[in-house]
Amino acid sequence: MTSVDTAELQAVEAAIARHGHEPGPLIVVLHAVQDALGYIPEHSVRRIAEALNLSRAEVHGVVTFYHYFRTHKPGVRTVQICRAEACQARGCQALERHAREKLGIDFHETTADGATSLEMVFCMGNCATGPAIRIDGRLYSHVTPERFDALLAHQEDAQ
Amino acid sequence: MNRVYVPKDSTAQSLGADEVAAAFSAQGFEVIRTGSRGLFWLEPLVEIDTAAGRVGYGPVGAADVGGLIAAGIENAGSHPLVIGLIEEHPYLKSQQRLTFKRIGVVDPASLSDYLAHGGYAGLRAALSMTGGEIVQTVTDSGLRGRGGAAFPTGIKWKTVLDQAVTEKYVTCNADEGDSGTFADRLIMEGDPFTLIEGMTIAGIAVGATQGFIYCRVEYPESIAALRIAIAAAQAGGYLGADVCGSGKRFELDVRVAAGAYVCGEETSMLQSIEGKRGEVRVRPPLPAIEGLFGKPTIVNNVMSLASVPVILEKGAAHYRDFGMGRSRGTIALQLAGNLKRGGLVERAFGVTLREILYDYGGGSASGRPIKAVQVGGPLGAYVPESQFDTPLDYEAFAAIGALVGHGGIVAFDDTADMAALARYAFEFCAYESCGKCTPCRIGSTRGANVIDNLLAGNQPERQKALLGELCETLLHGSLCGLGGMTPFPVQSAMKHFPDEFEPRKRH
Repeated sequence: MTSVDTAELQAVEAAIARHGHEPGPLIVVLHAVQDALGYIPEHSVRRIAEALNLSRAEVHGVVTFYHYFRTHKPGVRTVQICRAEACQARGCQALERHAREKLGIDFHETTADGATSLEMVFCMGNCATGPAIRIDGRLYSHVTPERFDALLAHQEDAQ
Repeated sequence: MNRVYVPKDSTAQSLGADEVAAAFSAQGFEVIRTGSRGLFWLEPLVEIDTAAGRVGYGPVGAADVGGLIAAGIENAGSHPLVIGLIEEHPYLKSQQRLTFKRIGVVDPASLSDYLAHGGYAGLRAALSMTGGEIVQTVTDSGLRGRGGAAFPTGIKWKTVLDQAVTEKYVTCNADEGDSGTFADRLIMEGDPFTLIEGMTIAGIAVGATQGFIYCRVEYPESIAALRIAIAAAQAGGYLGADVCGSGKRFELDVRVAAGAYVCGEETSMLQSIEGKRGEVRVRPPLPAIEGLFGKPTIVNNVMSLASVPVILEKGAAHYRDFGMGRSRGTIALQLAGNLKRGGLVERAFGVTLREILYDYGGGSASGRPIKAVQVGGPLGAYVPESQFDTPLDYEAFAAIGALVGHGGIVAFDDTADMAALARYAFEFCAYESCGKCTPCRIGSTRGANVIDNLLAGNQPERQKALLGELCETLLHGSLCGLGGMTPFPVQSAMKHFPDEFEPRKRH
């Protein structure tokens, strides 16, 4: 049995203490866990189920239903690429191909060095100035393959 | 101190508005962060006050700030980026902004700014009326649900009002997942108090004391703006145990979605607010009778609720006088995809698609001919050039087999591959299906395979027949619009662009 990170346990307990009393609390608690840790650790499912008086199957079912919740630790940064129609009309397919080749990973994967996770999203409401991507909290418009490389390089410099 | 207005809207931010704001601050300017007026090709759009009104400059980059200051921007100095009086700009001047009148004008974090621009006049009017009178006013205005289904808002409210139950809810569907739509986002980021006021009026009208805004996780800027505004409204006595001293309670919380498109469907959204998998519920019972936690619940879109304050403020007739036929009031059209001048156009119903695409949109951004537009999100039909003279009206669009939906208009130029877009519609449905109905869960994946076989020349006539049958099954065998409407983009693409659904030569 692997030892469980104490900081992770504390984050899960804090999420339960803060939100467990709200009406229909499960998704609120899961958000708080993922906000703190970047993902929903496997070990937290049992604890959250117990605290909210749900079955583990119910918690697991919710975690896996929603695309946003992750069950694996993400990279240092997360790049989201919009794949929806308005961005397709501006050529996001070429950007998708480029990003996957450049990073050497597919969507929902993380680079081997743990630096970058790549996610697909369907619409970020930035539909008049596509293709749109988000790198962690920051949204970008008009992202060509060249601009994608520049944004990633710029981020690396900043870190 | 010299003052400039710089949008904090997320599209403006994605184009560098934060850097522009920081550059003005560094030069000693007072910077007011507003929402966006929705003229996105001009973002970041910087404005200053003059005696005649606000003068705009755009699109401004951080590198332009020094030059703008040297040109005397604070006195509306001449500069290559000057646009002139922004409200005289033809794109804005020709609009009829009712719901969006304060967007880009006010500071979305400031309750006092909202009040100074006519905010809460609707709630004040509502507090002098009975619940039944408020509901009647909304009914008389002709407002229909702006989320896409176009159901009369007042009738929905009446059903909730009539339930003799003490625990009721008002929920706002802010899961604006349709590609090509951003009207809800503009309101939440640029004028969140309007939505809060609309929900408060709804709560007072039907006797609900708790509201939830279910907002997409893909909209972090909206979530932040809503939370700031809710806290300000609470502090100002506009939310809480005693709304404006009326003795009436209304509390409001934001619930963050988790990236499931299907949760934009109302019953699925209710499941999600309850903390469950977003699986669609069978109706009846209607949410207005048994909704959130089994209690009578109003479920309305952001724009529907944000239209309520102006209706209460100016009266039902004022709102109803806009529009055509059974489509009353205004609609927020969102110009997206391959257009030169993308943005928000709020107009009375009846404006044609062609006016929207060319007079406002300026044609394609790529300079190539516009081949097709998808109206109403990923479940909306593709409309070819021959139908661009159709007026934007729920019934007129239904007559050509299309839908207005949430008002998103995505333009494609002549490089668009219609068969690939039809295949994508199935792929999207497969990815987002909640899994409850078999036609949607399995038929969506099967649909993508059938299109692959068709294009590969594998018994093409048989594949076409199969595709027709599959679409019929989805149409009739799905509980909600995701499965039930995925055939719309597929069949419209096949109908209007049949040549593209022929076997393709291998390259």
